[in-house]
Amino acid sequence: MLVLIFYMVIIPLYRMITTTITYADNDRRYAKDAVPGELTSFHWMRMLTTQIGIVMTLEPLLHSLTISLGATFMAFVIGGGLAWLVVRTDLPGRNAINILAVLPYIMPSWTIAMAWKVLFNNGTLGGTAGMLMDLTGVAPPDWLAFGPVPIIISSGLHYYTFFFLFVSAALMSIDSSLEEAGELAGASRMRILGKITFPLVVPALLSGFIMTFAKVMGTFGGPNVLGVPVRYYTLSTMIRSNIAVGAFGDAFVLAIILILFSMVTISVNQKIVGTRKSYETIGGRGFMSQKTKLREWRGVIAAGIITFQLIVAIGPLVLLLWSTFMRRSGDYSAANFTLAHWVGKGDPKINNGEPGILLNPAIYRGAWNSIRLAVATAFFTAFFGIILGYAIVKGRGTRLSKITEQLAFIPYVIPGIAFGAVYITMFTQPVGPIPPLYGTFALLVIVSVAKHIPYSSRSGVSAMLQVGRELEEAAAVAGANSWKRFSRIIFPLTSTGFVSGFMLTFITTMRELSLIILLVTPSTQVLASMTMRYSENGSEQQANAVILVLISLVLIGHFIISRFRGGSLKKGLGA
Amino acid sequence: MATTITVNNLTKRFGDVVAVNNVSLVVEPGSFLTLLGPSGCGKTTLLRCIAGLEDPNEGEILVGNKLVYSSRKGISLPAGQRELGMVFQNYALWPHMTVYKNITFALEIQKLSKEQMDKRVMEALAEVQMEGYADRYPREMSGGQQQRIALARMLAYRPKVFLMDEPLSNLDARLRMDMRVELKRLHHDSGATTLYVTHDQLEALTMSTNIAIMKLGVIQQLGSPDQVYHFPSNLFVADFIGNPKINLIDGVISGKNKIMLGKLELSVPTYGAEGDVIAGVRPEDIKILNKPGTGAVEFSAYSVLPSGADSTIIARRGELEVTVKENGISKIKMDEKIWLKLDPDCVNLYSKESGNIISTANC
Repeated sequence: MLVLIFYMVIIPLYRMITTTITYADNDRRYAKDAVPGELTSFHWMRMLTTQIGIVMTLEPLLHSLTISLGATFMAFVIGGGLAWLVVRTDLPGRNAINILAVLPYIMPSWTIAMAWKVLFNNGTLGGTAGMLMDLTGVAPPDWLAFGPVPIIISSGLHYYTFFFLFVSAALMSIDSSLEEAGELAGASRMRILGKITFPLVVPALLSGFIMTFAKVMGTFGGPNVLGVPVRYYTLSTMIRSNIAVGAFGDAFVLAIILILFSMVTISVNQKIVGTRKSYETIGGRGFMSQKTKLREWRGVIAAGIITFQLIVAIGPLVLLLWSTFMRRSGDYSAANFTLAHWVGKGDPKINNGEPGILLNPAIYRGAWNSIRLAVATAFFTAFFGIILGYAIVKGRGTRLSKITEQLAFIPYVIPGIAFGAVYITMFTQPVGPIPPLYGTFALLVIVSVAKHIPYSSRSGVSAMLQVGRELEEAAAVAGANSWKRFSRIIFPLTSTGFVSGFMLTFITTMRELSLIILLVTPSTQVLASMTMRYSENGSEQQANAVILVLISLVLIGHFIISRFRGGSLKKGLGA
Repeated sequence: MATTITVNNLTKRFGDVVAVNNVSLVVEPGSFLTLLGPSGCGKTTLLRCIAGLEDPNEGEILVGNKLVYSSRKGISLPAGQRELGMVFQNYALWPHMTVYKNITFALEIQKLSKEQMDKRVMEALAEVQMEGYADRYPREMSGGQQQRIALARMLAYRPKVFLMDEPLSNLDARLRMDMRVELKRLHHDSGATTLYVTHDQLEALTMSTNIAIMKLGVIQQLGSPDQVYHFPSNLFVADFIGNPKINLIDGVISGKNKIMLGKLELSVPTYGAEGDVIAGVRPEDIKILNKPGTGAVEFSAYSVLPSGADSTIIARRGELEVTVKENGISKIKMDEKIWLKLDPDCVNLYSKESGNIISTANC
C-alpha cells in the first residue's frame, strides 16, 4: 500500500520538480545555449524575473487570488447565512432548501459559467450576442460579460453549497444546553449569538473559508470559459496553455507555485482547527430545542430562498437547454428553432458538419468513457479506502501507519490541474515495469484514484474507527484468522461507508475537469473535456448539450446509487 | 478437568510506560480470580496478554499445560488457539449478525455440523435464560439482554477458561446486581476457571474466590475476599478495599508492643518495629458509646448518614476524623458528643515509611 502511494504521489512530484530545473528540447527556441537534459535555473528565472514572467506568472497569480477571495467571500455570505436560517430559525420548507442546496454541487463547476455566457455574451469578441442583448438590444458591459466578475459570481454560486453543508453541520452539532446556560445567565438573544454560538462555529467557518479558497484556486472550467476569451488568465488556465505549447518546464513552475499556495492555506487551516479542535468534541446529540422566530417574515424569506436556489440550480439548465435549440446562437426568434444539435444528421452549415449529439458516435464514446472512468475510479477508490483505513487503524501508533496516513494526505494539497500536470511527465516514458501510459484510459483512472486517496483514506479510517476494536478481537478469540475477520466482520460493517464513498467518488469523477483536462487525448475524451473542446471551438450549442447529457448521467447515477441502503450524498459530503 | 492459568514474570510496556511489571500469577483450576484495581493499574492489559490480544514483552503464559506465550522461546499463539472465551466490556456483539449467527460464528470455525450448532445455541441460550432470542439483532435488545447473549456466545464454544473484561460496567445498578448473581451461579455450575477484571470492589468481593489487587502494573496482594478485606497487606490495599473506607490513623510506636494514637495508648504487637506507624481500623470495628467509658475517647458527630440497614457516622476530634459504622438507623444527631472505643485486637498496623503491614488484626 505504502509503495503504491509512493509510486502514485511522490515520484510524479519529484519528476515535476526536476523538469523545472532541466533544459528541454524545445527550450532552444528561447535560450541559445540550452543543452537538453542539463540542469538549469532557466525556467524559474524566466517565470519569476523577466518581463514575460510578469505576464505569465504574476498576473495569473493575482487573478487567481482575486477570484478565490471573491468567490469564497460570496460563498461564505450565501452559504453561511443560509445555514443559519435553515438550522437556527423556524424557517418553513427546510427539506426543500436542503435538497436544492446540494444540486449545484452535483453539477460541474463550470455549468453556471456556460449559462452565464448564454445570458450575458455581448458579442464584442466576435461570437454571437447573448440572450440579454438579443431581448433588450442593450449590450451588457464587458466587465459583466467576461473576466473576474462573472467568474467570481459563477464560482461563488457553485461553492456556496460546500459552505452551506459545512456550516450547517457545525451549527447542528452545538449542544443546545450551552446556549440555554447563557439564557439562564440572563444574556439576550443577540448576546448569546455573538458570545456563544458564533465563537463555537468560528473554527468551522474558518476551515470552510480556507478549503473553499483552495478549491477555487485550482479550478479550471470557469476561468477557461469566461476568462481566457478576454486573455484574463489564472494560474490554472496558464498552466494549460503552457502545456499546450509544450513548455512543460514553465507550466510546472506555475504548478509548483499553485501547490505552494494551496499547501500554505491548508496548513493554516490545520493549525487553526488543530488548536481549537476541542470545540468539536463539545457537539453532542442535542439538536436545537430553541429556534429564532422569524414571525411574519417566515414565508417571505423561505420563498425568497427557494426562488434564489431554483434560479441558481435550475436556471442555468434551462438557459443551456434553450440555447441548444437555436440554429444560430443568439437568435431567440421561433424561426431559429431547431433540433439539429440533438438529432441533426450532420449539416455542413451547422457545427462543421458534425451530427447532432444524440446521433454522434463521438458523444457516445465520451459518455461511455465518462461512465467507465467514474465507475472504475469509484470502485478502486472505495476499495483502497477500506484497505488503507484498515491498515492505518490497525497499525495506529506505529511509524509505518503514520507515514502512510501522511503520504495519503498529499494529493489533497495539490490542486487538480497541477496534479494532472504531474502525471504528464511521469507517464510519457516507461517507469520500471510500467509501460508509458500517456494517452491511455488507464492513466485517467490512475490519476483519478490517486487524487481521491486522501478522501478515501480519511473515510476509510473513520469507517474503521466506528467498528470497535473489540468486535474484531471477539472474532480473534473465537478462532477466526485475519482473512475471516476482515471478510466476515470488518467488511460487512463498513460496507455502508463503501456505498456512500462510491457514490461521492462517482459524482466527483463524472464532473471532474481540471484533473484530467491535460491528460485526455482524442480517443480518451470524456464528456467533461468534450464540453470544453466544443466551447473552445465556438460550438456553444453542442457544448451546452453535452453538459446537459453529463448532468443527466450524474443525476441518474446519483439516483440509482442512493437507492442502495444507507448512502446519502449529504452524509458523504459532510464527512 | 478445569484448567490452570500460569503467568511467569510477565512484562508489557507501551513505549516508556510499564503497564504490567514482572507479574507472576497462578489462577487455580476452577477458581474465580478477579484482577482489581484503579484505572491504569494494568489489570486489563494483563488479561489481554493472557487472551492473546496484546503481545507482552517478556515472560511466559501457560493455559493448562500448553505454553501459549514465551518470550524466551519466541512462542505466541494467536488468540483463537488458546482455547479461551472472553466477554468484552461493551459485549462486542457483531451488529450485522443475528444472535444465532453471533453464537455460531466460532462454531463454524470449529466445523461443527448444523445439528450440533443448533443444539449448542439452544443450550447456551437456555443457560442465560434467553431462549427465543436467536433471530434478534443486537440492537433490538436491551443492554442487559446483550450482556447475556455475549455470555451465551462465549459458553457455546466451550472454552477451557472464561475471561471477562469489566462485563457489568455498562449496566445500571440494578441489572448489575442481578448479573452478579447469575455470573456467580454460572461459575459455580460450570466449574470453569474464570479470570475477571473490574474496578468495582463490590463485584470483586461478592463473586471471587480470589482477588488480585493491582497498582502500577504490580500485584499488591493476592488472597481470598476475606483476606484482602480483613488483612490488607499494605496501605494501598487497605485504602482501596472497603466502603466506607478504612480508618487510617497516624501513630507512633511508644515501646515494646505499645503504640500511641494521639494521647491514646494501645497494646498492639509491633515485632520490634520502630518509628511512625499507621493504624488501620475498619469502621465496623469501632464501638460507639453515648457516655464516657474506659478507653473511650470523646468525639463530635460531624455527619450522620443512615442508609437503611446501617448508618455511617463521621466523627471528629480536632484534626482527627474517624468513620464508624453502626447497625440500623442511627439515633445520633449531628454535632452530638459521642465516645468511640477502639479494640486493639482489631487494628492492622502499618509502617508509615514503607506502607507495609507490621502486624495483622486478630478479631
